[in-house]
Amino acid sequence: MLKFPKLSALCVLFISLGTTASADKLGIGRAALPEEIAIWNIDVRPDGQGLPMGSGTVTEGESVFTEKCASCHGEFGEGNGRWPVLAGGQGTLKSNNPVKTIGSYWPYLSTLFDYIQRAMPFGEAQTLTVDETYSLVAYLLYLNDLMDDDGTLSDENFTDFRLPNEVNFRMDPRPDVATVSQQEPCMKNCKSDVKILGRARSLDVTPETED
Amino acid sequence: MPSTGRRGFLKGSLSALGGGTLLAASSGKSVFAKSPPEIKVEDWNTYLGDAVVTNPYGVPSEHEAHVVRRNVEWLTASQESSVSFTPLHELEGFITPNGLCFERHHSGAAHIEPSAHRLMINGLVDNPLIFTMEDLKRFPRVNRFAFLECAANSGMEWRGAQLNGCQFTHGMVHCVQYTGVPLKYLLEEAGVKTNAKWLMPEGADSAGMNRSVPLEKALEDCIVAYKMNGEALRPEQGYPLRLVVPGWEGNMWVKWLRRIEVGDQPWHTREETSKYTDLMEDGSSRRFTWIMDAKSIVTNPSPQAPLLHKGHNILSGLAWSGRGKIRRVDVTLDGGKNWRTAELSGPVLDKCLTRFYLPFQWSGDPMLIQSRAIDETGYIQPTKKELRQVRGLNSIYHNNGIQTWHVMKNGETENVEIS
Repeated sequence: MLKFPKLSALCVLFISLGTTASADKLGIGRAALPEEIAIWNIDVRPDGQGLPMGSGTVTEGESVFTEKCASCHGEFGEGNGRWPVLAGGQGTLKSNNPVKTIGSYWPYLSTLFDYIQRAMPFGEAQTLTVDETYSLVAYLLYLNDLMDDDGTLSDENFTDFRLPNEVNFRMDPRPDVATVSQQEPCMKNCKSDVKILGRARSLDVTPETED
Repeated sequence: MPSTGRRGFLKGSLSALGGGTLLAASSGKSVFAKSPPEIKVEDWNTYLGDAVVTNPYGVPSEHEAHVVRRNVEWLTASQESSVSFTPLHELEGFITPNGLCFERHHSGAAHIEPSAHRLMINGLVDNPLIFTMEDLKRFPRVNRFAFLECAANSGMEWRGAQLNGCQFTHGMVHCVQYTGVPLKYLLEEAGVKTNAKWLMPEGADSAGMNRSVPLEKALEDCIVAYKMNGEALRPEQGYPLRLVVPGWEGNMWVKWLRRIEVGDQPWHTREETSKYTDLMEDGSSRRFTWIMDAKSIVTNPSPQAPLLHKGHNILSGLAWSGRGKIRRVDVTLDGGKNWRTAELSGPVLDKCLTRFYLPFQWSGDPMLIQSRAIDETGYIQPTKKELRQVRGLNSIYHNNGIQTWHVMKNGETENVEIS
């Protein structure tokens, strides 16, 4: 049953590869064992693929967050100093000062699980248990007014949650400015007057240059 | 010194630039007038120099100690998730020396034991595989030059002129020759299934950097690289292995590459949702803005490299495009009133930095210098105003707007915005 699809997969690939590739495998490398794959294969997709079995509550998340996250991200996800703000900012994306948080900006909850599990806490990555990660995601939903304080998050109900800003992402429409086919660039007498509108020196935020 | 004949020729050929009377070459600062005698027997004319292998791995002259990567501390909360900048104003040609290539880490530069490093390919493949570094060097290899530009290069300039120097406004770019395995060979070895459409490269650093890359791009020109400019990758550039994604935003060039998962849909990782998405004025965001559009910068003169001499000078700069080769670069000295086409010098390669020059005469009057790149697809580098009209002020990434340098009467040069 599997043989034919496999064969067609190879055909499609090699046709698309053009001339340089040989259909013969080189026999380099070795099989990745399932238990090896399991160690690294921790990514999670929006459809829930990759979610490990487990669960956590908002309450548990609050204590994990207080212990392991709040020193940078603030007790309520407001961010200390320049560290990232995790909560709030709803309704600011069209403003002069958009606050892009999980609640105001992120499109998918899976990203939060994936990122916390692989990269947080900063400097101590991959030290959280699966249940701690679920509880942190639940707590961050709570901080963003997207879950009640008695909420539980698990691999069972994870994909029921949608983040509000998912609908506002679009594919890249570039090029979004003129090309030569639309308009040859001007070469002579293109402007009458030129004024300086802003200067970097007036801000004075550039590191000193050694002389 | 150039002969007067050559000076005369250049002066004549540049008179079309306009903008008032050109200064006679002889009225520029002359090293011959009133100078004390400079010629004498120096120490280094008499003593022995360093023996061979005094520096087993050579380093630049001590007189070039100022040619270094620099950071801007206030930009980021930590120096491990941060960026440094290539000193573009000190470089020539189109190759960036390895030690000067800008850095961008999300959890610091990992130090990896190469014999312990593995690359795994798993997911929608017939045979999930693990490769050692030795394995990878047995695959057919390719060499190619490519620029790597951070998506956030010039991002601090969206709202106006802020940082004073092309190192800081444009220095999140470098260009080296990579050696490695075309990614398609590794995928063939694993056998990609028919429903595969996306790849997820992942780093071995503690950020575990992951991005979604469409399969077509991987098959077209992505490289799993282990050498840069002929030698092993530098630790801060992903030693021992990194992904090369020609023409696309630097974030996707996953360093310390340890795994490539094959899938049928994108992962929407943190680096392609929270980051590396471009917020528009209407509150919507662009995702998967992979290509780096045509861009250019005048590196000399520039704020860190002021004009020192009246008379004849060489304007030098870089242009590049993620869409292909640079076709042309135009330069203006009068804020965009009149433009002249610069000379492209050295190889003009696909998705690669390209050097341009324009000789000019400086009378001592203020100048407003800009460069404008056009690539082989006909894409014209836009002004910042044109970009802001389409995108607003908050998109952070992909600022390829035309840069203006204001050369003042004393030769000092400043980052400005003009009408």
